Amino acid sequence: MIPIQPVSQDDQMVIEVKDLAVHFAVFQGRVPAVNGVSFTIERGKTLGVVGESGCGKSVTGLSIMHLLPTPPAELVGGEIIFHRLSTGEVIDITKLSPQSAEMRSIRGNDIAMIFQEPMTSMTPAYTIGEQIMEAVILHQKVNKREARQRAVEMLDRVGMPQPGRNVDSYPHQLSGGMLQRAMIAAALSCQPSLLIADEPTTALDVTTAAQILDLMGQLQDEMGMAIMHVSHNLGVVAEVANEVAVMYLGRIVERSSVDDLFYNPKHPYTRGLMHSIPQIGQRQRLEPIRGVVPEPDAIPKGCAFAPRCPLFSPATCPPIVPPSVTVGPGHEVLCYRYDS
Amino acid sequence: MIDTLKPLLEVRNLKKHFPIRRGLLKRTAGYVRAVDDVSFFIMPGETLGLVGESGCGKTTAGRCLLRLIEPTAGEILFGESQDSRPIDVTKLDMASLKSYRRNIQIIFQDPYSSLDPRMSVADIVSEPLRIHKVASGSELEDRVANLLKSVGLQAAHLRRYPHSFSGGQRQRIGIARALALGPKMIVCDEPVSALDVSVQAQVLNVLEDLQDQFGLTYLFISHDLNVVDHISDRVAVMYVGKMVELARTTELFEHPLHPYTEALISALPQPDPRKKRDRILLTGDVANPADPPSGCYFHPRCRYAQDICNTEAPSWREIIPGHFAACHFAGEINLRPLSKPLIMKG
Repeated sequence: MIPIQPVSQDDQMVIEVKDLAVHFAVFQGRVPAVNGVSFTIERGKTLGVVGESGCGKSVTGLSIMHLLPTPPAELVGGEIIFHRLSTGEVIDITKLSPQSAEMRSIRGNDIAMIFQEPMTSMTPAYTIGEQIMEAVILHQKVNKREARQRAVEMLDRVGMPQPGRNVDSYPHQLSGGMLQRAMIAAALSCQPSLLIADEPTTALDVTTAAQILDLMGQLQDEMGMAIMHVSHNLGVVAEVANEVAVMYLGRIVERSSVDDLFYNPKHPYTRGLMHSIPQIGQRQRLEPIRGVVPEPDAIPKGCAFAPRCPLFSPATCPPIVPPSVTVGPGHEVLCYRYDS
Repeated sequence: MIDTLKPLLEVRNLKKHFPIRRGLLKRTAGYVRAVDDVSFFIMPGETLGLVGESGCGKTTAGRCLLRLIEPTAGEILFGESQDSRPIDVTKLDMASLKSYRRNIQIIFQDPYSSLDPRMSVADIVSEPLRIHKVASGSELEDRVANLLKSVGLQAAHLRRYPHSFSGGQRQRIGIARALALGPKMIVCDEPVSALDVSVQAQVLNVLEDLQDQFGLTYLFISHDLNVVDHISDRVAVMYVGKMVELARTTELFEHPLHPYTEALISALPQPDPRKKRDRILLTGDVANPADPPSGCYFHPRCRYAQDICNTEAPSWREIIPGHFAACHFAGEINLRPLSKPLIMKG
């Protein structure tokens, strides 16, 4: 088994994102993909990030990894403060160059990421063992034989059957669920303190997704990493998250503990999402949010949700972005009419 | 009331085996049993949900009903009206097949690849009417405009092309196209899986409204149990080409008779953080339909498996009236029902 570093430092904070803003340069001009996003995640905790396509949840994750192509992406403002457990430093990732030695020593080592589609996220030309070993050899001072040994142990740990044999399998030889296990093994091979999981179970079947969620929970208990879990599935988020951020068009419109979010949602968008999902055992008509998410080059001024909002009224909702209101302990909402 | 009616569609022992060809001479080296001896019926005006994991054969079964995929064996009996004798769809020649397809249409999963990007909305929705020579000229235009209206699109959208629409709007175009010939039945193959949550609800409501308005019958294929529970009168569960359970929706969730159904229900993520997680985690992967296990296909993953499950395939039996299952121990073992979420909407 891989020795687990004891968590001894008092600093529980892993990452603090402050007012992050990322714009994309497109043909028509500039599109604000992330527009002032702030959150923190502590050691051993999971932040669930919910939202529909185009809300900026994946861009936020990729910004932390410093993996966004620039151009078209451009970091307009904000800080990403990472508390690096392995060296005891506190670093602003946005100040590092993506190719710098320091960033490369963090990426894949202290911060790792798993993606939605295991089939397209692993290269078909190398065995899964080689892909796990790559990170281990790069970041840990081990030789190839030890790295291979470590890959086998990691595969065993994520529940891959016959890890000694499957370490030499190519991605096409494995099922989606097994490949997602391999990707988790690769991501966790260096024991990161932050794992960014971008829709890790969306492409998987129900019973396989259940296995993967269970596995991630177990590994988090053992290794104590912080997880940013991006998902559009409220059921998954309810299960894995301690805290939830609901994103709409580049902003976090509501952030609270998972219990508060589901039992006391304040933002009309959050409530709308909850009424949109068919809930088992209840067959009444769904109440969808009206309209669609606007195109990124047509985001309304002020509250971006206003055109779809059942509570919108020009008298109460001025064309200025609503300020963040604290409505309870750790519960913030971006809305003028959260109390109606 | 429904019991005195005759089914709109009845499928008997449907099989679709895809040959696996290998080598230079493309010899058949075996078969993928995508659909393996499946039987069910659908009553007029009913929604039958068909659930299962990827590769279980649910899409193949749906396409066989329209003969978009030619079945290997079995009968598909379609009763156009309560008085007429049902026709066997598998035996129709091309001309009769064309007129049969006026009665049954399909909506596809991916709204991006199922619409021709070079056709305008008017062309897409009117194509079935033109092919079947149902309408022309101004009558055709009126009908197309009405079809768009019934799925919540505007006549102003007629001259636009698919690329200028969002996923949800494209799916509405696909629904309008399926409705064009006034079919009795629509096979909905994962119609909302590719859509965002808020849009998914809009499209589900459109499908329900159209069913009320036109008395449509749906075969609703999905891997999402929440959606299937919401829309279906009865639900059928498939596993590796076989049907393992079929019952009325509430019955299936409250009294599952097959261990696979039990596991599916327990694996369902529910939007309630206070609910205790108590999942049955299946070990291993879904069996390979080209090389299925002996006996019951589910036995290597089944926590109730006995010796007989390894040697003998269970038969498809009606355990209690209207509730079918294929398990040696159906009704004998106590399976866990759905535990409902604590949060109630409202």
